[in-house]
Amino acid sequence: MSVELKVNGRAVTVDVEPRTTLLDCVRDELGLKGTHAGCEHGVCGACTVLLDGQPTRSCLMFAVQADGYEITTIEGVAPQAGELDVIQDAFCEAHGLQCGFCTSGMILAARSLLEREASPTVEDIREAISGNICRCTGYGQIIEAIQLAAERMRGQNAPASPSLSRTEAVR
Amino acid sequence: MNAVESKTKFVSTDRRVREDRRFVVGRGRYVADIDLPGMLHVALVAAQHPAARIVSIDASRALALPGVHKVLTGAELVEAVNPLMNGLETPQVRRFPLAVGQVRYAGEWVAAVVADTRALAEDAAERVKVEYEKLGFVIDAEEAYTPQSTPVHPEHGSNVLLDKTFVWGEVERHFAEADQQLSFRVVWGRNSTVPIETFGVVASWDPWQEVLDVWASIQMPKYSDQIARSLRLPGNSIRVHQDVDVGGSYGVKRGIKHSVLVGHLARALGRPVRLIEDRLENMRAGDAHGPERIFDVDVAFNADGIVRSMKMRALDNVGAYAGRAPFQLGKPIGAIVGPYKIESVQYQAISVTTNKTVQEAVRGFGQAPTNYAIETAIDRVAETLGLDRIEIRRRNFIRHDEFPYLIPSGSTYDSGDYHTVVDKVLAHAGYDDLVAERDRLRAEGMLAGIGIAACLEPSGGNSSFEPLLNDKNTTSTWMDSCRIMVDALGTVTATVHTTSSGQGHETLVATVVGEVLQIDPDLIRIVRPDTLSSLPSNSPVGSRMAIMLGGAAFKAAEKVKAKMVAIAAHAMGVPIETANYVDGTVRTADGREMAWEAIVNMAHRQFHALPEGMDPGLASDHIMQVPTGVQLPKDDKVQMYPCHSFEFHLILVAIDPLLGKPEIRRYVIGHDCGTVINPHIVRGMTLGGIAHGLGAALLEEFAYDAEGQLLTQSFMDYLLPSSHEVPDVEIVHHCTPSPLTVLGQKGSGESGYLGSPAAISGAINDAVRPLGIHFTRLPMRISAISDAIAEAGPTMTQEEI
Ligand code: FES
Ligand code: FES
Repeated sequence: MSVELKVNGRAVTVDVEPRTTLLDCVRDELGLKGTHAGCEHGVCGACTVLLDGQPTRSCLMFAVQADGYEITTIEGVAPQAGELDVIQDAFCEAHGLQCGFCTSGMILAARSLLEREASPTVEDIREAISGNICRCTGYGQIIEAIQLAAERMRGQNAPASPSLSRTEAVR
Repeated sequence: MNAVESKTKFVSTDRRVREDRRFVVGRGRYVADIDLPGMLHVALVAAQHPAARIVSIDASRALALPGVHKVLTGAELVEAVNPLMNGLETPQVRRFPLAVGQVRYAGEWVAAVVADTRALAEDAAERVKVEYEKLGFVIDAEEAYTPQSTPVHPEHGSNVLLDKTFVWGEVERHFAEADQQLSFRVVWGRNSTVPIETFGVVASWDPWQEVLDVWASIQMPKYSDQIARSLRLPGNSIRVHQDVDVGGSYGVKRGIKHSVLVGHLARALGRPVRLIEDRLENMRAGDAHGPERIFDVDVAFNADGIVRSMKMRALDNVGAYAGRAPFQLGKPIGAIVGPYKIESVQYQAISVTTNKTVQEAVRGFGQAPTNYAIETAIDRVAETLGLDRIEIRRRNFIRHDEFPYLIPSGSTYDSGDYHTVVDKVLAHAGYDDLVAERDRLRAEGMLAGIGIAACLEPSGGNSSFEPLLNDKNTTSTWMDSCRIMVDALGTVTATVHTTSSGQGHETLVATVVGEVLQIDPDLIRIVRPDTLSSLPSNSPVGSRMAIMLGGAAFKAAEKVKAKMVAIAAHAMGVPIETANYVDGTVRTADGREMAWEAIVNMAHRQFHALPEGMDPGLASDHIMQVPTGVQLPKDDKVQMYPCHSFEFHLILVAIDPLLGKPEIRRYVIGHDCGTVINPHIVRGMTLGGIAHGLGAALLEEFAYDAEGQLLTQSFMDYLLPSSHEVPDVEIVHHCTPSPLTVLGQKGSGESGYLGSPAAISGAINDAVRPLGIHFTRLPMRISAISDAIAEAGPTMTQEEI
């Protein structure tokens, strides 16, 4: 059946079976491969997209149910080709990832958090990403990345600078 | 900081990890992202029983669905492919991608359905009717070890794949001489690394070129060789594309059965075929479970806490087929005494088959379970003698001035400074305050305990456990390679000849090449040629890439540099020895210089100006041998791995006695992996390893019921640590360079994981010691902890609350 979706600010029409998940639709019909399938049963968060700004597991809903929402995938985060947004840049700065498979979901979860909370505590951050499993990092550098992004967003316009100190040896 | 580090420009600096950029924008290229025109999809029909004879398979209703192309059974496949490789000489333990004649574990693949879409293939798989005749089965390793157990492979005659006892040193004499002995059993439960990306593979056959193109989520040594052998193709007919990003592996992404199956189907059907495991297929039949091991340990020690000797029996349950898993009993031989000066060891390594899912390599390759047993032994000795657990470790540690240190099983440890690392951790943590905090928690009615683990991460090995456990195997190298090309415009490209799964190998190579050539690493491009265009690599296993790929990149860059110096010296008419390479420019003693561009131009265009006998162009290769890997085993001894990183964990755990939920209040780790090439990467490995070890210690288990069915088949029951469970971790860094490597680096890919289960177990046991409880089995799930507490001391806990 035909569904109209609004993805990353663009209206698209796709023809899918009613049983097609939003995850499969985004990946296979729209070719947006940055959204990943980890468990397909709603636990790992690798498939996270934003629906009207809310982190949502795209494996748990059908594409047809997404009609009428603003869908944001990881491809909709960078302002333009070759330019990272603040959160993405902070993940690079703090090395908040390794294999990258959970990263799209993590960044979208972080974006949702930082949109509603400019100065999240560590506990807020842990809570916000608790539905996103990362098997690589143990979360430490992800939490730091989100803290760094929050700091930079609060002081917007300050240029991204590698001199923002993060001591390596002991923290 | 050591001499090497202080001189470096890029190595050990806080530079970004270059791979991260593509991942944060969702532009990684994983196997599931590969869409080939005309591609078909596979779903599997899974066995219902742990052991049964396949009486018949009726695929007619599946084939009747439009869009279904093929239902392949084991009986058909076995005619076309050779069995998958075994590590040990166990020819009668034959393994094929699909069950042949008999199923040997619940979930095993019985047939493969190929259709236009995955959804259709799944629908069709449900329509395949398989008739079984149930057979006897065995789940428990101890039972499988007995001669009367039902053999999983009747042709093999028993369930025993390996039963070998090593005696290194005068074990009996040391036991007789020692003041005391103690014995215990600990059990490491079956868990695995369970990456968030499941395994997947895509294959496409070109009959005109006779080439099978393969894209896979793979981390496997000699992958294309194994595919070729099994598919009966020449080695140069397999082209594995190594520019596929792997969504986590930590050892297990070795889907050889999947790859052979898909390769066969692609050839047979003349269409590209892909198989991406769903989570159920992954957990039940991805053949990627980790070690499941029972340790029986005897230790002989003196009244002052010095451990003289140890006897260890390790019984490992590898599941239904052999593969490479039994070797996971072999690697720990290279650090069988941990960081301690234990004079002699008896080690019995037993590997048995059972009707469980097949075991695969897991982070540490058997070392983490062994470390858990060794550290339990040290804790028990301390407890028996009433000695402090840190003091007893200090007394037994190899001292800094005793390196290089030969352990009884034949490995020489390269370097270390264990006492200093411990001192630094205690100072950082404020050990006395930590003890006071534990006691304060106890006074409040909580159960609280301190956990300690000291262990080694052997790194960079040459797979010597293969010839040690299998005397027909003559492996004495496990090389890795790098190629560097400087193009005519002067830009530099270097190669990585393997896939990566988050270890940052592109950053590693760029940093090292940049360091040697003294050019900005960000200007160096890193590429991954396919296997037909590659130099040999053995993939990122055994914490080897910093040592082996880093070493190869270093040596290849030195060759480029030497050639540039030779060209410039010749052009300027000075002896090579007097020419000096500085930041890409060659200078003479009298102040003249030749710039990078000019040298490159001469190499590429002016053969007439080159020194006599020199080849034109500017490129180099280096194939690197393992630093210590030269000898085959002798007298049951061998140098296992060249480098030995050290880690020391110190943690505080609190348990509310009513809930039984352990909460890690403090986690400090001292880590020494020699020279750190990229601090972000090493830190990430360590933090991730600790989280993974926490899962093994507290949460994760592939549990089976008495009927041989896997109970934990999804993330609802197999629990991975989330951001709520993993604590903040403080890392105390120390650097004892390895004398064996180009920059003093050692491995770190398995760090954290090797000691955190032992440390967490130690902390929980310290917490429940007042109740007279010993937990001897991992994982220690909340239910087990709360049950034991309830049983042990209802009055006491109530009183205290
Ligand atoms: S794939 Fe959707 S939650 Fe795991
Ligand atoms: S970066 Fe690999 S799972 Fe998170």
